Amino acid sequence: MTDDRGVWVYSVAEELAPDWFSGVPGIGGGPIRTLACGGLAAAVSTVSLAEFGEEALPGRLEDLAWLEAVARLHHRVIEIAANHVPVVPMRLATVYRSHARVTAMMAARQADFTTALGRVRARTEWGVKVYTSGPGRAAESGGDDSAAGPGAAYLRQRRRQLDASNQAKRAAAASAERIHAALGRLAAAAELRAPQAPQLTGRPDRMILNGAYLVDDERSAEFTTAVERAAGEHEQLQVELTGPWPPYSFAVADGPDGPGGERRAGG
Amino acid sequence: VSDVPADEGHGGAADRLPAARQQVPPGTGPPDVRYERIALIDLLDRLLAGGVVISGEVRLSIADVDLVSVSLRALISSVSSAMEHGGGRREGS
Repeated sequence: MTDDRGVWVYSVAEELAPDWFSGVPGIGGGPIRTLACGGLAAAVSTVSLAEFGEEALPGRLEDLAWLEAVARLHHRVIEIAANHVPVVPMRLATVYRSHARVTAMMAARQADFTTALGRVRARTEWGVKVYTSGPGRAAESGGDDSAAGPGAAYLRQRRRQLDASNQAKRAAAASAERIHAALGRLAAAAELRAPQAPQLTGRPDRMILNGAYLVDDERSAEFTTAVERAAGEHEQLQVELTGPWPPYSFAVADGPDGPGGERRAGG
Repeated sequence: VSDVPADEGHGGAADRLPAARQQVPPGTGPPDVRYERIALIDLLDRLLAGGVVISGEVRLSIADVDLVSVSLRALISSVSSAMEHGGGRREGS
């Protein structure tokens, strides 16, 4: 019975050596294999369609532990390849019915993959997240308004808090835009991703910048230094660097304006 | 369809995968735990929205929007229950 097996694709590169992946478990538990076709190679593993097929996946994705395990394995295989050669990562859950269909896809999209590989060659993706503590901190310095009576004093203090809060928000958004612009000048490409919601980050701070930057490897040190400098220059903001990442945000086969398009900072 | 190797078992993958269930939800562990591994939220942020999407008949396609919303729903429910215990503050709006 072969109908219940599928082929999970991790990444495509110009060449991949099978021994890079020896001992690395694939999604589904089996080994990572490499498929070559027309100057391209794909890292794949066999999965059960009962678990990873079209019908099973939506329900499985509700299970966070399952999703995390799959995501970490997917990422690990991509990262191993990316440590050796330029790679185009595939979107999570790209599954085919056979090796032949994978190589057919590679042949059909050869030009796109070649373009995408050229874009990420000798470059690394970095992530920069900027948080603000949000309204409140600047508004705590209310004066003594007791002379005007408690009601009026309350209203006046409330207005002052709101003004300070709006001012702080605008200032934070402007700072985030400056940081993004400065980092973008050091990058070959930059993308603003949607800020992560507080419910997802698990922290009360508001994320006002979630940037991805594709940086020439020879400028990596310059870039990370610039991030540290930005953190030092904006003490009211928390600046976090993530990476190095495989080029998830920039290996778009359909052109630079793919999914997750431009979003303004602080919007 | 005969070229798919038959060397893998078909059991639940998550049971054989590295210790996913020991991972604390984002933001709930001590800082050193959070930074030892890539934070799940950062990983999913990229994996669910990044990478090449090949749209074709052969891909067992899941609507991308569905994939994101389903997984984020799972994340939200996981994190928000942790925040109830952790006393995390949420802004209005």
